[in-house]
Amino acid sequence: MRHLLSIEDLDRDAIERIVARAARFAEVSDREIKKVPALRGRMVLNLFYEASTRTRSSFELAAKRLSADVVNFAATGSSVEKGESLKDTVLTLSAHKPDAIVLRTPWAGAAELVSGWCSAAIVNAGDGKHEHPTQALLDVYTLRERLGAIDGASIWIVGDVAHSRVARSNIIAFQRMGASVTVAGPPTLIPRGIEALGCDVRYTLAELASADVVYALRMQRERMSETWVPSLREYAAWYQLNAGRLTPRQVLMHPGPVNRGVELSGEVLDSPQAAVTAQVEAGVVVRMAVLYELLAGASAPSPRRRGRQIAPASDRARTGPGAELSDAEGVPDAAIFGMQDGA
Amino acid sequence: MTDALAYQPCTPADVLLRDVRVLDPRAGLDARYDVRVRGGLVAELAAPETLRADPGEELLEGRGCLLVPAFFDPHVHLRTPGQEHKEDICTGTSAAAAGGFAGVLAMPNTDPVLDSAPLLRSLGEAATRQARVPVGFLAAITRGLQGEQLTEMAELREAGALGFTDDGRPVQSAGMLRKALQYQRLCGGVIALHEEDTTLSRDGTMHEGPVSAALGVSGIPTLSESTMVARDAALAGYEDARVHFQHLSCSASVEAVAGAKARGWRVSAEVTPHHLLLTDEHVRGMDTRMKMHPPLASEQDRRALIEGLRTGTIDCVATDHAPHAREEKEVPFEQAPMGTTGLETAFAALYTGLVESGELPLELLVQRMTAGAQLFGLPAPTIAQGQLANMTLIDLDASWIAGEHGWHSRSASCCFAGGRLRGRVMLTFAAGGIVHREQALSPVAVA
Repeated sequence: MRHLLSIEDLDRDAIERIVARAARFAEVSDREIKKVPALRGRMVLNLFYEASTRTRSSFELAAKRLSADVVNFAATGSSVEKGESLKDTVLTLSAHKPDAIVLRTPWAGAAELVSGWCSAAIVNAGDGKHEHPTQALLDVYTLRERLGAIDGASIWIVGDVAHSRVARSNIIAFQRMGASVTVAGPPTLIPRGIEALGCDVRYTLAELASADVVYALRMQRERMSETWVPSLREYAAWYQLNAGRLTPRQVLMHPGPVNRGVELSGEVLDSPQAAVTAQVEAGVVVRMAVLYELLAGASAPSPRRRGRQIAPASDRARTGPGAELSDAEGVPDAAIFGMQDGA
Repeated sequence: MTDALAYQPCTPADVLLRDVRVLDPRAGLDARYDVRVRGGLVAELAAPETLRADPGEELLEGRGCLLVPAFFDPHVHLRTPGQEHKEDICTGTSAAAAGGFAGVLAMPNTDPVLDSAPLLRSLGEAATRQARVPVGFLAAITRGLQGEQLTEMAELREAGALGFTDDGRPVQSAGMLRKALQYQRLCGGVIALHEEDTTLSRDGTMHEGPVSAALGVSGIPTLSESTMVARDAALAGYEDARVHFQHLSCSASVEAVAGAKARGWRVSAEVTPHHLLLTDEHVRGMDTRMKMHPPLASEQDRRALIEGLRTGTIDCVATDHAPHAREEKEVPFEQAPMGTTGLETAFAALYTGLVESGELPLELLVQRMTAGAQLFGLPAPTIAQGQLANMTLIDLDASWIAGEHGWHSRSASCCFAGGRLRGRVMLTFAAGGIVHREQALSPVAVA
């Protein structure tokens, strides 16, 4: 895997592999010293054109736990405000030779575009309303932890589907993992043609009881001024997920940040069926797995390289004592996970 | 056809084209001839291999290549004045010549907007120094394209405007457009309309459908166009005005135009090569060259456009040649400006996509690519003795990759770039002179 641009690019095996690796990294987070040297000497650049707290800090934490160097570049207060184009910003920052660029922009397709301009591995951390693949991966991870398997599960995604990159990535990822997906929300916020992605469409929550998992989307307040729905009050009356609409066996998820009292009631958010904090926890280990997948084993990324970059078993066998100082290439998983953390 | 158009005078051609297939749908011609052009006029059509080059005459072996009346494009953006980094009169008309066009109409959405007679006169004057092929100008319907106040349409007509359009924007107010249609009784001139209800298109950047839903890109519903076509056709009918619908993109618009024509309303319509050949599936990769206004629609819409062109509901092909600079298009899809170039690929793309596939007869394509002139009150280009040479020589067997040797346009942003096309314009005569010659076409002999 050269880049992570879209969940479309990952087949079920690739998703399983990343989720399985994330599960092993979860152990690192429980240690006293939460760090492994897998990406020592690698540089991860966070390039964010949109405000983001949890995604950016989650990537930062993931990179640091793998011992990579992290540089954060926020578009506000930078050359971007002086009119520098995305291309020039990327070319300029590429001069620092980052191994990976984690990119968040308000523009669909930007991550793919950037992948053609530089040699770094590109991780799409949200491109407009298009995709947010690491969110989908961490949601798959979270659900696997909760349900064991996702196969055959009925998952409802509820709310503002039209403006949600999370919805699009998750519709694809959940189905790829064997679930059936239904999107539900106000007709003004369900894009025409969305069923082409394979999901069912509902405009009320009347059949919500059939869901095993209910995934609430954030209802953005700025949508109100554009009259997508008459009022937040009316939205909440018809679409809020609360104790009256959910049964305790249903898993409740939300990508955050939550509008408590709008798309979710406080009581269900605080109940054990809510997996929201588990999602945040999963964010770090899944992003560790993604960065590891992209960078470990890729000694010198070049724009032309394609395919899996994880070191094959034959390379691992050649890695002997003393090799760990060169770089992470070929370091067997056991060596990484068995590190003594300097303790 | 060129009296109302401005162009840089060029040397009248003295050429003998030996053994070419002359196809002129209006004259009912489709046979092989030797064609002599003398002093810029078509001097003689004779049986093939019967004429001999006179002294001083260039002899070109046609070897059965196709000679057709030169194409006419009623919708191009020459970006002058104010946006010469995208295109100028010289580069835009060079692109036209390379595409086999001997006449184009330039749109007024320039900077400043072409909405006053002095600006129109200065542009016409610039064209006499820079235009490789004859250029006509449409002036704005409303001042600054603001949709609030009519331009001085009568004075603009006297200064040479062939018609009026706010192209790039709709005339959103029906009341405003009605005034323009009424005023047309005084000043004449076709009123050409870019149809879009901006309350429906909003911030959309592509066709609304499964592809926009999958990409998370705001969609433009086709009814943004079709409801306005229906509205304005009714206005034209009521006021008995002459209206031309620009760049139709969907089946509902074709139906609306067909309905208006059936009632005898004086409407005409154009369609672009890209709407005839591409759909929103081509936008899946978010290539900014595929971003245009109106957006590429569904396959069903594309089919309806082809059928509309075939039956004559749609009168002509127009390229909506809309050049943009490289840096303007080298941005994420949603940020990019709308528009693709089209002059240099129009014939070959349509020949490859519609004629070779058997969907449109060659004769009909030639008719539709030359029909734009008459719609704007200009004589249709024909190949006839005594006429000024306005004709295009095409090698239908030549296969080429669009853009492989660069472009005459200043812009490389073409939706057909990289595609393998058949049918190459070898030679273009405009207003009696040779304005384009493919390098491969070298004279056999100059007698």
